[in-house]
Amino acid sequence: MRRLTWFNATSLTLGFAFLYIPMIVVIIYSFNESRLVTVWGGFSTKWYGELLQNEAFLDAAWVTFKVGFFSSIIATILGTMGAYVLVRGGRFYGRTLFSGMIYAPLVMPEVITGLSLLLLFISIGLDRGLFTIILAHATFSMCYVSVVVSSRLVSFDRSVEEAALDLGCTPFEAFRLVTLPIIAPAVISGWLLALTLSLDDLVIASFVAGPSATTLPIKVFSSIRLGVSPEINALSTILIGLVTIGTIMASLSTKRAVMRRERAERMAEQAG
Amino acid sequence: MNLRRFSLIAVPYFWLLGLFLIPFLIVFKISLSDIALSIPPYTPTLELSEGWAGFRDFLSQLDFENFEFLATDDLYWKSYLSSVQIAFISTFICLLIGFPIAYGMANAPKEWQPTLMLLVILPFWTSFLIRVYSLIGILSQEGMLNQFLMWLGLIGEPLTILNTNVAVYIGIVYTYCPFMILPIYATLIKLDGSLLEAAEDLGCSRTEAFWRITVPLSKAGIIAGCFLVFIPALGEFVIPSLLGGSDTLMIGKTLFEEFYNNRDWPVASAVAVILLLILIIPIVLYQRNEQKMMEAET
Repeated sequence: MRRLTWFNATSLTLGFAFLYIPMIVVIIYSFNESRLVTVWGGFSTKWYGELLQNEAFLDAAWVTFKVGFFSSIIATILGTMGAYVLVRGGRFYGRTLFSGMIYAPLVMPEVITGLSLLLLFISIGLDRGLFTIILAHATFSMCYVSVVVSSRLVSFDRSVEEAALDLGCTPFEAFRLVTLPIIAPAVISGWLLALTLSLDDLVIASFVAGPSATTLPIKVFSSIRLGVSPEINALSTILIGLVTIGTIMASLSTKRAVMRRERAERMAEQAG
Repeated sequence: MNLRRFSLIAVPYFWLLGLFLIPFLIVFKISLSDIALSIPPYTPTLELSEGWAGFRDFLSQLDFENFEFLATDDLYWKSYLSSVQIAFISTFICLLIGFPIAYGMANAPKEWQPTLMLLVILPFWTSFLIRVYSLIGILSQEGMLNQFLMWLGLIGEPLTILNTNVAVYIGIVYTYCPFMILPIYATLIKLDGSLLEAAEDLGCSRTEAFWRITVPLSKAGIIAGCFLVFIPALGEFVIPSLLGGSDTLMIGKTLFEEFYNNRDWPVASAVAVILLLILIIPIVLYQRNEQKMMEAET
């Protein structure tokens, strides 16, 4: 049944053209000599140079990097704990509330999350800035990490954990030596997801960031409101490039891991 | 219950209580308060120092005035209605565009599939803001779309697309399309090809087999995709404020402006509470669909 009919070929071509043409246009125009964004004035990389000298953008990028780094680490730790509690926690008081609080932020509109966190920070008198953005990002990303990790925890064979406990491991040792290596790929993809969400977030950050901390999306948003500019094209191209490299590398490494596992299984079969 | 198990549960539990549930209760409380020229700009505030009497005093001052205001001022219910309409129509267009792509992917040669999958996931990981930005240049008066349509001879002079509701539809469809494609692809790829062959052997035409087998069997994916587009589109703020015009009413944008431009925190909070109430229905339906999908797999 897997044949490429003309209908499928057309829908794939048109579909991917729709998804990719706008981004490709941005990339092409980032190398435009002219300041006018609709006229091609020859090839140039000068906008990249201007971007790298723009202190406001560099500062915002540094803030975004710090927020992403810390919030994704906190989110990964809390999210993995949350997944473990959901899947292995057994019964405890308020379990339904807990799973509700894990799943609700995934569908909560960003404007509501942002507004509610801002009102919390104001009512407890916490100064808004880097720290509040980290808290906010860690909170919503930990739920995504929990979902990713718990789907892995559900699917793996629990008896290996029990074997480790029978052989004299403490629960923490069993987690560190047996469970963690098994769920590690899910933890890593959860962490990558948390990092991407944090680097990407505009709405929640604009609520909880004070005047002292401007993240890159906030800065980009305020300059986009003034219209298309070659510097933003250059910045977009850099970000699209980073994401492309990252995604391709991630998919290659999963492919390699699958191939390695298949080879190991074949060798084990032959040996046995 | 040992200490280790307690702390394992308590840390994420109290984190979410403190930074998710309590903030939302604060929103709810402020939605029942009145606007005031003070810091914070609403009244009453809870005076814990006055003890129980202070709490009773605080409760007696809360009322539903802001909700009554939302019902009388037509800006708000028009925003709600137009958000629902925009989200609904864009979800439908997403389905019309996303299904053929997912179908094409699922029927493509096996060795192409990882690459096609990568091509759908890539926009998914790319910054949302940048993807919306990339449309601004295309949709503007002298942008590529107008130039292309004029080159085709379909239009004589450039259309105004940017800063209208049409641009908002295009923006939502463009940015949320991968959310529609992925769940539909996931159900189509599991579809047993022999069912279609059997249908054809038994005299079904290709189209008939498609409507009677492929579509019903991919229903769960279609539903999941529709909710994954509809729910975030309803509260969308970035797309209407960058691509829409001043007359584009969407509730996420109204809330943001109420909070930042008018500084009316109680009304902004009331808007948030109603938005959540509207969202509860699709969220519950979505979770029920997910559960059904999980049960079908086991």
